[in-house]
Amino acid sequence: MKTLALTGDHAATESMRQINPDVVAAYPITPQTEIVMAFSQMAANGLVDTELIPVESEHSAMSACVGSQAAGARTMTATSSQGLALMWEVLYIAAGLRLPIVMHCVNRALSAPINIHGDHSDGMGARDSGWIQIYCENAQEVYEMGIMAIRVAEHSKILLPTMVCQDGFITSHAIEGVNILDDADVKKYVGEYKPEQPLLDIKNPSTLGAIELQDYYFEHRYQMAEAMREAKRQLPAIFAEFNKFSGKNFNLIDKYKMDDAEVAILALSSTCGTARMIVDELRDKGIKAGLVKVTVYRPFPVEEVVAACKNLKALAVLDRADSCAAQGGPVFTDVCSAIYTNLDRKFPVSNYIYGLGGRDMDEAQLRNIFNETLENAKSGKVKKLVNYSGVRI
Amino acid sequence: MELKNSREIPIGGKIILAGNAEEYNTGDWRTFKPVIDHGKCTNCLFCWIYCPDSSILVKDGKVTGVDYKHCKGCGICAEVCPRKCIKMEKG
Repeated sequence: MKTLALTGDHAATESMRQINPDVVAAYPITPQTEIVMAFSQMAANGLVDTELIPVESEHSAMSACVGSQAAGARTMTATSSQGLALMWEVLYIAAGLRLPIVMHCVNRALSAPINIHGDHSDGMGARDSGWIQIYCENAQEVYEMGIMAIRVAEHSKILLPTMVCQDGFITSHAIEGVNILDDADVKKYVGEYKPEQPLLDIKNPSTLGAIELQDYYFEHRYQMAEAMREAKRQLPAIFAEFNKFSGKNFNLIDKYKMDDAEVAILALSSTCGTARMIVDELRDKGIKAGLVKVTVYRPFPVEEVVAACKNLKALAVLDRADSCAAQGGPVFTDVCSAIYTNLDRKFPVSNYIYGLGGRDMDEAQLRNIFNETLENAKSGKVKKLVNYSGVRI
Repeated sequence: MELKNSREIPIGGKIILAGNAEEYNTGDWRTFKPVIDHGKCTNCLFCWIYCPDSSILVKDGKVTGVDYKHCKGCGICAEVCPRKCIKMEKG
């Protein structure tokens, strides 16, 4: 074990170096650029055996990944924002063909107006594509989840592509001390990729990507949904094995001071770091505040979120993406559907859309959200269901 | 063909056996079927060359009939027949 000063991007690259995938097909885009840049240097310097395919677009990047993974090669890539948007149709193909590609997604706002900074609009749009999504709080998590994602995606009962997300610039370009596992240990942990009947198995020829009409398409989409449900069942064991390997304590969600909490914030990614600080501040004042961080967003950890929130008096759900025409952001609707269909007792849950286009989520906003949530707890009613934090309305 | 459920089929729509398209009964897509008048046929094999579904049956250089399990009834054989000895009939 050693500690390196790394940005989120370089932490992703370091995990990719240790995984040493057979193929990486990628196109650089801000703020993911440094992943592709640094990994290209590693490939050029002979630090990895990877076949690096510099493609002409993200559509081609994901298409090359599909071909490569189907051929039987362990394949990785990375993207952001407009790049993920350009990959769109191929994202669904990768999932539908059940190809365990692992991708780093450095979350960034979507145009227009053009913006290069971090929010979750890109990743949230892909939440129903059949990709497993893991949202990381910091560079350390990016590094570790990047390694674990290989085992998640390639698990014989899962076989779904997996996206490891981090906040653009906030995480991707901030340098942290990152604890790095030994190369040999990571190599042993990820193991050898052994696909079942890949396309290059010429002794057992097969076809992938054939048309399916009204008679079979539905069965295969059902299979994919089942695989996502199976992933939910398998993930606790995968996390347990990874924690044993890494000495960490990761899970599908992370609870902070939730045991006796009366009010809480539920959020994803880097905002959780600041929120934890405000929880401590409120605890010092005798307020029973807590935080739920959702690490695995797809499959959505329904049981874990319900168990963590069941004794609350009020909850605020933070969304770094808007869902324009729905009643609140994507995380909010998931949380409400989980809580209100599993608990007999109803308590106020409100939504805060924040941080679009990389706008800071600062301490003052979090204090305000906690204050309003405390008011909701006191009255037992939601004062305002969908709120916007930090925008000049 | 009896339809299988989601647990009985390979994942990801993979077809694990080569050449099994033959088992697919495309003949039931058909509205009109080609009927050959063997009395007028000169075995020029134009129909055999043009058939997009390899459904003209030939033995020892002679047209013996039509594979109705796979013939979709497109009518190309009737169109290209220089002797006009293929008729498209309902069925």
